[in-house]
Amino acid sequence: MINDGRRAKRGRVFLVLTMLVVAVATAATTALLINITERKEEGRSPYVLLQPVGEDDTDPATWGVNWPSQYDSYLRTAVTTRTRFGGHGGSEAMPAEKIERDPWLKRLFLGYAFSIDYRDRRGHAYMLADQEATERLTKPQSGSCLHCHASIMPLYRELGGGDAMQGFAASHAMSYQEVNAKLHEMDHAHPVSCVDCHTPNTMELRVTRPGFILGIQALAESAAEVPHLPSIQEWRSGDRERPYDPNLDARRSEMRSYVCGQCHVEYYCSSKMPLTFPWGKGLKAEQVEEFWDTTIFPDGTPFLDYVHAETGAPILKAQHPEFELWSQGIHARSGVSCADCHMPYMREGASKVSDHWVRSPLLNINRACQTCHHASEGEMAARVDVIQQRNHDLMQRAAAALMDQLDAIAAAKAAGAGAEQLVPALTLQRKAQWRIDFIAAENSMGFHAPQEAARVLGEAADYARQGQVAAMNWKETGATQ
Amino acid sequence: MSRRGRIHESRTALVLAVLIGAAFGLGAFTFDYAEGTSYLSTDPAACVNCHIMRPQYDAWQKSSHHTVARCVDCHLPASGLAKWIAKADNGYRHSKGFTLQDFPEPIRITPGNAEILQANCLRCHGDLVHDLVAGSTTDRDAIECVHCHRDVGHGEQAGLGGADRGLEEELR
Repeated sequence: MINDGRRAKRGRVFLVLTMLVVAVATAATTALLINITERKEEGRSPYVLLQPVGEDDTDPATWGVNWPSQYDSYLRTAVTTRTRFGGHGGSEAMPAEKIERDPWLKRLFLGYAFSIDYRDRRGHAYMLADQEATERLTKPQSGSCLHCHASIMPLYRELGGGDAMQGFAASHAMSYQEVNAKLHEMDHAHPVSCVDCHTPNTMELRVTRPGFILGIQALAESAAEVPHLPSIQEWRSGDRERPYDPNLDARRSEMRSYVCGQCHVEYYCSSKMPLTFPWGKGLKAEQVEEFWDTTIFPDGTPFLDYVHAETGAPILKAQHPEFELWSQGIHARSGVSCADCHMPYMREGASKVSDHWVRSPLLNINRACQTCHHASEGEMAARVDVIQQRNHDLMQRAAAALMDQLDAIAAAKAAGAGAEQLVPALTLQRKAQWRIDFIAAENSMGFHAPQEAARVLGEAADYARQGQVAAMNWKETGATQ
Repeated sequence: MSRRGRIHESRTALVLAVLIGAAFGLGAFTFDYAEGTSYLSTDPAACVNCHIMRPQYDAWQKSSHHTVARCVDCHLPASGLAKWIAKADNGYRHSKGFTLQDFPEPIRITPGNAEILQANCLRCHGDLVHDLVAGSTTDRDAIECVHCHRDVGHGEQAGLGGADRGLEEELR
C-alpha cells in the first residue's frame, strides 16, 4: 500500500514535469515558427501599398504609410548630430554662428547677407524652417531659394501652367516671401520629400529639380572629363539627337548621387537670372570659376555674387559644392555614390532598407565604411580625422593669407590707391576668395576629395599672397594695367 | 496491478503520447517550413533561405568562380568529420544570429572560417602557388589568397549595411 502510494505520487510528478518540459519546448518551437514566418514575409514583400501616392503628395507622412521604415529614418534627420568638424554647436533651437567661430568668414562676406547670419548646418528636417528663420531674409531674397528648401515641384507646375520648367524660370523674379506664401497656401510647405527623388508608386529614383537637369545637360554637352559619370561619356559618344536626360540615361549607381546633386552643389540663386548650376565648362573649381567669369547677366553686366564692402572687389560666392568636390575624389572614381556612404543599406530583419537618416558617415562607420574597408571603426575614424585636420589647417593658413591681402589693400587705399590701380589686387582677391570659399563652404572638411581640396587651397594661398604683393606694389602694378 | 491502476496508466500513456506527438508534429512542421533538409544539401540556394546572404549570393553569381565552386566548396572543409563540425558550428551561429538579430555589422568571416577558406583555395590551386604561400594555413602572419584576390568568390563588393538598432544605439 505504502509502495503503491509512493509510485502513484512519483507518477504524478513525472507527469507534471513532462507536461512542463513539453509545454516549454512547444512554446519555443512555436516562437521559432512565427519568427521564421516573419522573416520569410519580410524577405518576400519589400512593401505593401496601402496608400496610393502621386506627384502632388508632398507630405512625407502620406508616403510613410507604405514605407514606414524609410519614413522613420527620414524623421530622424531632426535629431541633433555632431562630428568634430560638422554638425552644430549652439542650442537645440538654433545652431551656433559659423561666422563667430571663424571671424575671417565674416570679413570674407562683408557686403553679402552671409555676413549677417551664417550658422552650422542641421538635418534635412529643418531645411525649410531654418531658411524661414534666417536673418538673411532682412535683405531682399529671391524665390529661387525655395528650389532646394521645399518640396517645390507642384508649385512650379502651378506657376508654369502645368510646365514645371516655365514655373521654375518665373520664380527667380518673385520675392522669397511671395513664393513661400504660395507654398504654404497650396499646402506644400514641406522640406525635401519622398516625391522629390522617387517616382510615385514604383519608387524608382529620379531627379526633378530643373536646375540640376539643365546643369547636367550643360555638363554633358561640354568637353570636361567626367570619368566617374559613365552615362555622360556614353551619351557623348552617341548621336546626341536629344539632350542628355539623367532620368533616361543615367545608371542606377549614378542616380544615387544625382538625387543629392539636385541641391548639394554650387549655384547662382538670386533675382537677376534663373537659378543656375555652373557646370557648362566642368565641375572643378577653376572650371566653375571660368563659367562664372564668362557669364553675363541679362542686364548686360558681368556676373558677380556681390561687391566686397571693404575692398570693392566683384566677388564669387561658393555655395556648398559637395557634388563638385566629390566628383574629383577617389570615391567617385571608384563608383561610390553619395547614398552608399550617407544613406547606406541597413537591415530590418530579412529586408534591406536604405537609411533615410541622411547624415555624416562618421556617425555610422560600420555601415558606411566597413562594407568596403576592412579595418576597425577606430582606424577608419582616425584616417578621416587626419585628412580633415590637414584640410582644416591648410584652410586656416590660406585664410590668413587672404586676411593679409585685405589688410594690404586697405593700406594701399589709405595711401591713395585708386580703383584703377587696385584692379590686379582685386582680381586676385576674387580668385583667392573663390577658392577658399569653395572648400570652406563645402560640407566635408576636404574629405570628399582630399588632394583636390589641398590643391585648391594651395592655389588660394598663392593668389592671396600674389594679391598682397600686388596691393603693396600698387604704384607699379596698377600702372602697367 | 488492479484494473483501475491499469486503466489509469494507459490513460497517462495516452495523454503523454498526444502531448509529445503534438510537440513533435509542430517541431517537424517547423523544420520542414524552415527548409531544414536543404541545409544538408550542397545547393547554394540554401544559403539564401534566410535572405541575409542575398548580396553575397548575388555577387557570387557574378564572380569568376561561380561555374566551378559553390558556397560549400570554399566555406566548408572538403570532407570528413571536420566538414560536419564546421557545418554545425556555422548553422548554430547563423540561426541564432538571424533569430535573435544580435550579430555585429558588417558581417565578416570568422578567423576559423578564414582558415577553412584558405585551405580550400590551396586544395585546388596549391600546386601552382606552394612556393608563395608556404605555411599559409598555419602561420599567424601568412598571406591569405583572398587578401588580393578578394573578388574571385563574390565578384564586386557585396555589402549590406546592418540593422537599425534604435536611436539610442545609433547615437552612441
